[in-house]
Amino acid sequence: MSTSGVAIVGAAETAEIGTVALSALGLATDASRRALADCGLTPADVDGIASSGLSPYLPSFVAHSLGIDARWADATMVGGCSNLVHLRHAIAVIETGQAEVVLIAHGESGRSGLGGPLVLPGPGAWQGQFELPYGTVGPMTLLTLGALRFLRDRGLDRDALANVVVAQRDWAARNPRALRRDPISVDEVLDSPVVAYPFTRPMCCVTTDAGGAIVVTSAERAHDLPRPPVHVLGTGEATGAAMASQMPDLTSSDAFRRAGAAAFADAGVAPADVQHAMLYDATAHLPLMALEDVGLVPRGESGAFVAEGHTAIGGSLPVNTTGGGLNYTHSGMYGMYALQESIRQLRGEAAAQVEGVTISLTHAIGGMFQSAATVVLSTEERP
Amino acid sequence: MAPSRPLPRPTPETQHFWDGTAAGELRLQRCRACDDPYFPPQPFCPRCASGDVEVVRASGRGSLYSYVITHRAAPGFEAPYVIAEVELEEGPRLLSNLLDVEPDPEQLPLDLPLEVTFESFGEVTVPVFRPRAS
Repeated sequence: MSTSGVAIVGAAETAEIGTVALSALGLATDASRRALADCGLTPADVDGIASSGLSPYLPSFVAHSLGIDARWADATMVGGCSNLVHLRHAIAVIETGQAEVVLIAHGESGRSGLGGPLVLPGPGAWQGQFELPYGTVGPMTLLTLGALRFLRDRGLDRDALANVVVAQRDWAARNPRALRRDPISVDEVLDSPVVAYPFTRPMCCVTTDAGGAIVVTSAERAHDLPRPPVHVLGTGEATGAAMASQMPDLTSSDAFRRAGAAAFADAGVAPADVQHAMLYDATAHLPLMALEDVGLVPRGESGAFVAEGHTAIGGSLPVNTTGGGLNYTHSGMYGMYALQESIRQLRGEAAAQVEGVTISLTHAIGGMFQSAATVVLSTEERP
Repeated sequence: MAPSRPLPRPTPETQHFWDGTAAGELRLQRCRACDDPYFPPQPFCPRCASGDVEVVRASGRGSLYSYVITHRAAPGFEAPYVIAEVELEEGPRLLSNLLDVEPDPEQLPLDLPLEVTFESFGEVTVPVFRPRAS
């Protein structure tokens, strides 16, 4: 699939993040209005909409709230990578003329729980029969399940998890919107209260109310709009095991590997061409797995890569430059915030701006490794 | 009364597994075409899609593949407790809990030999594991 002809022309997060007096829908529409204002368009210009979360009808709610009459909608719900998948799907519909301007909107009252309940799998679902009876309580007990085996397999110890936190905390110190901004040492990370051994609190993400939205259209139309277009070079998505406990290899995500490989093949660039990366980090081991599985470093080398400072300020591959989900924001489905930072870095307007970024990669997990998506973005159109 | 542990509700495809645990057996399925044992239960092979499958009793022996020790209480659990990924001798892995061992990393080296035992909650019996002499 060629994706040369599509660009992100508008992008914004909610005015506030953290504890916000808005429902999930309110957060999605706040971000949408700001993203449309960012590119000088109005709801009347939008004819396609993508959004997913607690309701399968979320695109209709967002459209109704903003007065959009959509002729294309996508409510694909694959957890935290959903918005990346929406972007990938939107490219196809823009290129085939099914929609001209697509709004991808996300909002979640992850901290305050305004606007909807958390829904757990029922007792007859696979998770209900084979995971929940053993006291799993969401990401911190399921995403984390293979981490000890990962460390052992790669010859690492818990310092490898702490190193990720330390590097990202330094980025967060440059981001005035980040929740956790105080510098932290490896020892302080390791000595913090345990959430789920081997993970301490700083190794687990913050919980926020937040939202974000992007506006996508053809590269041709992007030329007439005010903001520098961010071109989509390539995308990939993949399904993974139905349950974290049934992954073929708990130390490597097959979904990460396939999504990453598909995105690079689509983009026509190599991992070595990536100058900045946002790697979904609900927990500190996910960026290590993503570095290896997406192909940015060879298998087994992620721990050393981070320990040597390559992902930190001044490093060869700045990663999670907002501070990431660990320090900046995580409302439950984090992919939108990762995309937003890749876009800001390519526009040259990030709080912790890296000089000269022309290719940025965003990679996100969905659910408990059940899904993954990778997007390669650039300041330049695909040749 | 404290909230209780979430309990499984069998479906037609998984009934044999839960009948097995109630009878003190850990049951897997095996594909006759490719000879691979598999889990979770379903009436055809997840690798070759053949419906020529049989239910087999697992030895109940396995080892500790990976785990977390969660420090947050969950319904029916008193923190800290171990959520363990157990690799069965036959190959498949499954999630479970550990009995008869402290929730302490010093006591829980990876590859620790384990054996199945069973805990009943009303009408449902779930497989759990405890250390065994290797």
